[in-house]
Amino acid sequence: MKLNFEVDGDEFILAGEASSQVKKILKQLGVSSEIIRRIAIAMYEAEINMVIHANGGKIEVEITPKKVYIVLKDTGPGIPDIDLAMQEGYSTASEEVRELGFGAGMGLPNMKKYSDDLKITSEVGKGTTVEITVYI
Amino acid sequence: MTVKDMVEKLGLSIIAGKEGVDKEITTGYVGDLLSWVMANAKAGAVWITIQSHVNIIAVASLINLSCIIVAEGATIDKETIVKANEEKIPLLSTNKNSYEIIKELIEIGIK
Ligand SMILES: Nc1ncnc2c1ncn2[C@@H]1O[C@H](COP(=O)(O)OP(=O)(O)O)[C@@H](O)[C@H]1O
Ligand SMILES: [Mg+2]
Repeated sequence: MKLNFEVDGDEFILAGEASSQVKKILKQLGVSSEIIRRIAIAMYEAEINMVIHANGGKIEVEITPKKVYIVLKDTGPGIPDIDLAMQEGYSTASEEVRELGFGAGMGLPNMKKYSDDLKITSEVGKGTTVEITVYI
Repeated sequence: MTVKDMVEKLGLSIIAGKEGVDKEITTGYVGDLLSWVMANAKAGAVWITIQSHVNIIAVASLINLSCIIVAEGATIDKETIVKANEEKIPLLSTNKNSYEIIKELIEIGIK
């Protein structure tokens, strides 16, 4: 099964909508709640990053009996140093975003922790692609 | 204990998500940084926070929290109320601070 989502970079309010829909579908498919939890956390963090750091983007989700594979693509500013960005607590989020409880610098570490495989490719000025795999 | 029982015992106001009040509360979690809540709050937890924008409902729903208590009488956005009703996440409000409300939760037996 393949699902596609457009994530609006201006709609802070709608952030998390794609993750919520994927969660509902996985529940209907009878995927265990522990696996759903891991997918929901990793995908939500990636979706939020698209909105707060990259002005939105596109998400493709592939669900097979063996795994869930999520690709999040944006054409935002890119990540100059991925190793640095992966460090717990590292964040370039604005004060405004932080006041809302985002920008704790735990998004990428959470994605790493809760996925089985995480791949980030990024080019400064071009954009970022995040690939998340969780085996069911 | 259900959300409804807790609301009655602590005299909280139900702002939205009434349809979800029969959910069982397993434990509690306090925090205002969404990434920490996502990663660490357990399913069924009552979440105490001073955040009140609509994304708290997405967080609670994604990790199956039983309800949210917005502390310190923080003003709650209209979008948050709409979304809480949609997702059936009880959204509760108190003028007390997070410490005071946690103390009361422990007193009524939420561990
Ligand atoms: N999609 C993205 N586009 C551009 N920069 C990003 C993206 N995702 C993450 N980053 C960069 O990596 C940093 C760390 O991300 P993360 O761990 O999610 O923390 P936070 O989002 O709380 O800042 C961000 O502050 C930002 O500088
Ligand atoms: Mg993040």
